[in-house]
Amino acid sequence: MSTTDGPTLLPSAGAQQDAVDRESLGKQKKGWFNGLGTRWNGLPRQKQWLYLLVIVAVAYLLPILNIPGLTTEPGNNWPLALAQMSIYALVAVGLNIVVGYAGLLDLGYVAFFAVGSYTASMLTSPDSPYVHIPYLWTLPVAMAVAMFFGVMLGIPTLRLRGDYLAIVTLGFGEIVRILATIIPAMKGQVGFQNVGHPPGTDSSGNAIFLNSNGAPWYWLTLTVIIVVLLLAGNLERSRVGRAWIAIREDEDAAEIMGVPTFKYKVWAFALGASVGGLSGALFAGQVGFVNNQKFDVVTSVLFLCAVVLGGTGNKVGAIVGGALVAYIPLRFTAIAEYKYLIFGIALVIIMIFRPAGIFPARQRLLAYGTQVYNKFTHRGSDTPPGGQGEAVGGAHVAGAEEKGAQA
Amino acid sequence: MSEAIEPVIDVEGLREEGVDLALAEQVAPDRDISVKVGDALVEVKNLTMKFGGLTALDDVTFDIKRGEILGLIGPNGAGKTTCFNAMTGVYKPSSGKVLLEGQSLGGLAQHKITRRGLARTFQNIRLFGEMTALENVVVGLDARHRTSVGGALLRLPTHVREEKSSIERGMALLEFVGIADHAHFLSRHLPYGHQRRLEIARALATDPKLLCLDEPAAGFNPAEKEELMTLIRTIRDDGYTVLLIEHDMKLVMGVTDRIVVLEFGKKIADDVPKVIREDPKVVAAYLGEPEDDLA
Ligand SMILES: Nc1ncnc2c1ncn2[C@@H]1O[C@H](COP(=O)(O)OP(=O)(O)OP(=O)(O)O)[C@@H](O)[C@H]1O
Ligand SMILES: [Mg+2]
Repeated sequence: MSTTDGPTLLPSAGAQQDAVDRESLGKQKKGWFNGLGTRWNGLPRQKQWLYLLVIVAVAYLLPILNIPGLTTEPGNNWPLALAQMSIYALVAVGLNIVVGYAGLLDLGYVAFFAVGSYTASMLTSPDSPYVHIPYLWTLPVAMAVAMFFGVMLGIPTLRLRGDYLAIVTLGFGEIVRILATIIPAMKGQVGFQNVGHPPGTDSSGNAIFLNSNGAPWYWLTLTVIIVVLLLAGNLERSRVGRAWIAIREDEDAAEIMGVPTFKYKVWAFALGASVGGLSGALFAGQVGFVNNQKFDVVTSVLFLCAVVLGGTGNKVGAIVGGALVAYIPLRFTAIAEYKYLIFGIALVIIMIFRPAGIFPARQRLLAYGTQVYNKFTHRGSDTPPGGQGEAVGGAHVAGAEEKGAQA
Repeated sequence: MSEAIEPVIDVEGLREEGVDLALAEQVAPDRDISVKVGDALVEVKNLTMKFGGLTALDDVTFDIKRGEILGLIGPNGAGKTTCFNAMTGVYKPSSGKVLLEGQSLGGLAQHKITRRGLARTFQNIRLFGEMTALENVVVGLDARHRTSVGGALLRLPTHVREEKSSIERGMALLEFVGIADHAHFLSRHLPYGHQRRLEIARALATDPKLLCLDEPAAGFNPAEKEELMTLIRTIRDDGYTVLLIEHDMKLVMGVTDRIVVLEFGKKIADDVPKVIREDPKVVAAYLGEPEDDLA
């Protein structure tokens, strides 16, 4: 049972607490990418598209560019590294829906990734006795199967909150791995070889999508990421995104304001799971071999780490976080062994100095809010009287510290 | 809902308070209510709420008539907030029931009760801090929206229409409560008084048949309290029914049409302000309260 009205904070105590909160916020603001998000939001739409176009073009060219310093070679093949980074980025985008938007701590996300991988491999690998379908068809099937598992896990568990939910999802992550070990059909450690891949041959008759050739897989995954991003953006700027953020901010209040919180939490789980399943299927195809060794809880934590590093709730941050988590051990092979140690330390440092992640951008939750917000920023009235303000549409203004002193 | 009755806007009252009539029209309730003005919109019947050994509400019965401002007062811990919580589904009453337009709200999920038409604010402000003021209000508006997840994903026409209208109505609501120029600020960055007003706007956004305000003027100075009471009167004149919890007796007397007094979870009086003021039981209940709380 929720306690909707606890003891009333004395107004003066509340004001004091606010002042402290704002102070810490002010500190946190002076970061590396200071105001990048706000500056971005202030740009005209056409300019944003132009920049995006350039970024996307560069992203597609990365396997060919092979920039010295940035590349993972000679230690690791660069296009293959990119393929892996893109898959991690996609995972982070999916997990971000669950953790970043709806604020549900999911420690077992790797389970959905595994479900997707096994779906793709069991439907395409010659080691599997079941029906075989073309690889590309396994992508939607993997999404559907993972979504089904998401709903099945979500319905009984999403009535739990916080720590309890985290523990249950942690358990679920293990269950899938253990099932893969004990169910004969899933072939435990032997696994499935020669998982399928998309069709197509080059001029000399070799398949384009080879396990040893990362570039096509990277391009495919990058395209998938762009589509998923566009769709996630649509959701963000709709009642769905608002419902998720409201749940994250204050679940009881959201429910009382008419948000069917349980339904939207299950949706977050289901959609997050389907993206997880999709990335699992891509992973299975790219690597070409799936067994029970690849889906441990540590991987789950690594995924979570990607989301938190990038900036919880920010889909662009999630991509960067996901790519980084895959990139660092591949680039710096000497330290690859210590990656968990390094990510652990990085997380601690980020939490201390930049609790909102590398890209602490805020979601925009209104499809047509820009015009309204811009009206204010152009008028230049972006400081609330007697308060420090962060204008969402444009410039960030620091004002006098004071609020709630009316008491 | 048989014979629907148009919302009644008290044009005279609004003009007196200096409200832009076009704005008032835009903000006015948008739904049909089946009871006539002056008839019981909400009936609280024998409501009892026990927490373990403590009876926070003891067999409380009262009506809220459509179009009135009903005050709910009582000393600290009398059970006022508990009454709100039991009405809006936060607590499941130990016994008794709450009827809205003659239909029981018992057993409904909280968000369904809100959709039926009970909206509320919180005694301790509970806004969505990481959202802008406008977004907070639009969350309230979403309570009446029909877009599905698929519709939002693919930006279907319903979604587009609702998004556009919600910007307009959301801004109108913010203007109505007097904080439109702060629409683009994160709600946690708003000044305290604005946060309280934003809570009211967000509750109004759900298009309630009954608006429940839990000490909306807590922490205000007398001048701000006066302004807020004017706003509450304006809300009523715009066609809403209001249930108001307020500690300050003097203010309650000035703004309400009728007052229900609770003490130790029991209703001890229910009458117009003039009678309440003279009621010896009420005066006794408020003995020991600070002087200025007495009318
Ligand atoms: N969830 C709960 N569990 C146990 N006791 C509760 C709970 N909620 C309220 N109470 C008790 O019920 C009684 C009435 O509380 P309530 O908050 O309704 O008072 P109130 O009239 O709103 O007072 P105030 O003017 O201080 O806001 C108090 O004694 C309180 O301690
Ligand atoms: Mg109270």
